[in-house]
Amino acid sequence: MSMTTATLRPNETGLRTDGRLERLRLFGLSSPAMLLILVILVIPVGWLFYVSFIGANGEFSLENYERMIKRRSYIRIFITTFQVSVLTTGLCILIGYPLAYFMAQLPNRLANLCLITVLLPFWTSLLVRTYAWLVLLQKQGLVNQWAMSLGLWDEPLKIVHNMTGTLIGMVHIMLPFLILPVYGAMKAIDRDYLMAASNLGATPRKAFWTVFFPLTTPGLFAGALMVFILCLGFFVTPAVLGGGKVIMVSMKIVSNIELFVNWGAASAMGVVLLIMTLVILWIASRFLRLDQITSGGR
Amino acid sequence: MTTRATEALPISVRNVTKTYGPVNALDDVSLEVKSGEFLTLLGPSGSGKTTLLMVLAGFTRPDCGSLKFGDDEVIRKPPHLREVGMTFQSYALFPHMTVAGNVGYPLRLRKRPKSEIAERVERALETVQLGGYGERRIDQLSGGQKQRVAVARAIVFEPRILLMDEPLSALDKKLRDQMQIELRHLHEQLGMTTVYVTHDQREALTMSDRIAVVNHGRIMQLSTPRDLYERPANRFVADFIGESTFLPVRRTDSDVFYGDTPLHYSGDLPETPDLLLMIRPERVVLSANGPVEGANNFTATASNVVYQGDSFLLHAWLQDGQQVVMRGAVRGNSATALPVVGDQVTLTMSPEDTVLIDGREA
Repeated sequence: MSMTTATLRPNETGLRTDGRLERLRLFGLSSPAMLLILVILVIPVGWLFYVSFIGANGEFSLENYERMIKRRSYIRIFITTFQVSVLTTGLCILIGYPLAYFMAQLPNRLANLCLITVLLPFWTSLLVRTYAWLVLLQKQGLVNQWAMSLGLWDEPLKIVHNMTGTLIGMVHIMLPFLILPVYGAMKAIDRDYLMAASNLGATPRKAFWTVFFPLTTPGLFAGALMVFILCLGFFVTPAVLGGGKVIMVSMKIVSNIELFVNWGAASAMGVVLLIMTLVILWIASRFLRLDQITSGGR
Repeated sequence: MTTRATEALPISVRNVTKTYGPVNALDDVSLEVKSGEFLTLLGPSGSGKTTLLMVLAGFTRPDCGSLKFGDDEVIRKPPHLREVGMTFQSYALFPHMTVAGNVGYPLRLRKRPKSEIAERVERALETVQLGGYGERRIDQLSGGQKQRVAVARAIVFEPRILLMDEPLSALDKKLRDQMQIELRHLHEQLGMTTVYVTHDQREALTMSDRIAVVNHGRIMQLSTPRDLYERPANRFVADFIGESTFLPVRRTDSDVFYGDTPLHYSGDLPETPDLLLMIRPERVVLSANGPVEGANNFTATASNVVYQGDSFLLHAWLQDGQQVVMRGAVRGNSATALPVVGDQVTLTMSPEDTVLIDGREA
């Protein structure tokens, strides 16, 4: 019986061994990366969780979390963080979507040029860009000087060291994250769809809202989600342009460590921020496939 | 079944020119499409046939010319006001809507009541034999089904003119043949004036009332399929439709000579000294008993014989070195009768099948 099986299924064991060896080789190739992730991600985050449950007396305690619920200043910080993130995301959509639309209409060569100017900020340090805004927006800065010499306003406006300045800086920095997936989604739309809509009787406006816009929403959601999540943990720009008036979670974490040397409180905030982010991602993933973030909604 | 709410409209294209830089995509094109006619624009890629269709639909703005649907001048009318149905090569079905959403789209734009939309959508889907498919997603459909939905969407608002841009080019051959018959049947049923674009000559011959052969932005010939095949106006048309071999001939007034042999021919000669004898492979007969009285006879040497199941192809050298191709039927006992390479054969062509065409480059 076993003889007949062997002859009917030639080379069965050899092929199975080959398959096992191949998997083993692949595992071997990816192990350095997995080790790296373990060392720089899993262990620190685990440590963060652990520290967040250690109280001031060095024993297990929930006091770091209780503080966040009880103290109104903490709640306000979370509210501010959400506020800044929502406003930045909204402004990015309002500015980025039309810009992406404009770029998508351009001939390829011009569109690529525009794309480079959109990407250009990526190649400049975040810190440099943030300080550049500080220079531009301050009382004697270029923006105020020009606006006044053009007669747009008479007194220098306070547009930095507050929410306005923070939003200007953050929108500028986040814009590419929105534009790229939206632009990708727009470029992927076959022109035939719009011609078909028009042929079937849709005015250009109607064709946009019933066909073009719905087809770009996966890209728009992906971009907006990316911007929103990046905003939640943002530090440099609100710290520099907010002038201490806009305090986000990340800034409070830093001050907890640098000012109060309270690692437990800082860790607890980090944990809460991480969990909030994961919850948002989880909710979002029910409405769109997350791999669309990289593929521009296709 | 679908009742005809409106009568079909004739289309009149006059002197339409469209240039892209130095290229004439359309070169002073004039064309009359009769009411209810199925007219095909046939040509190689880049010939201008699609440009002409885009002008009809309003997506391409010509440099000049006139376009009338019935008595209305529409050349400056934007596409969404033209009220013509159209199907696209890519189908262009909206992927974010269901089948019913797609088919109902033109009716929703026209603000028809919901119940009427549902009813007309279902009726249109039934017309293309997709009744009950309304709730399907577009990506759940096969190529042939997509094509049908595209047609349903184009006819649901009862346009009086239907434009089709290579609608079957993405389908496999078997389905294409079937859809050709179906579309033709649909046209007979609905009766709307139809302009159909294709580069497939067989498709054009199968489906059309008339065919306009387009090349270099001009209409080379506009005739019925049969005229086009049997009386092509010039070498381009003869070459594009069907296979043929061309032999140079000599003309003296009304006599035509191939070499020193006078040719028996039928029909009128084109008004040019520059004539070519068109030889369609299936109009040449292999004569077993030598030259036939009253027909045109050619002595040739077989250079290649290809057995193709339903027929055989014979390539043969004429005495002056010209090569001709003929196609013969294969019957049960004729296997022995097939010529072999090197055989001397006599090819004959009846005067009715002897067509002389304008040899000038059009």
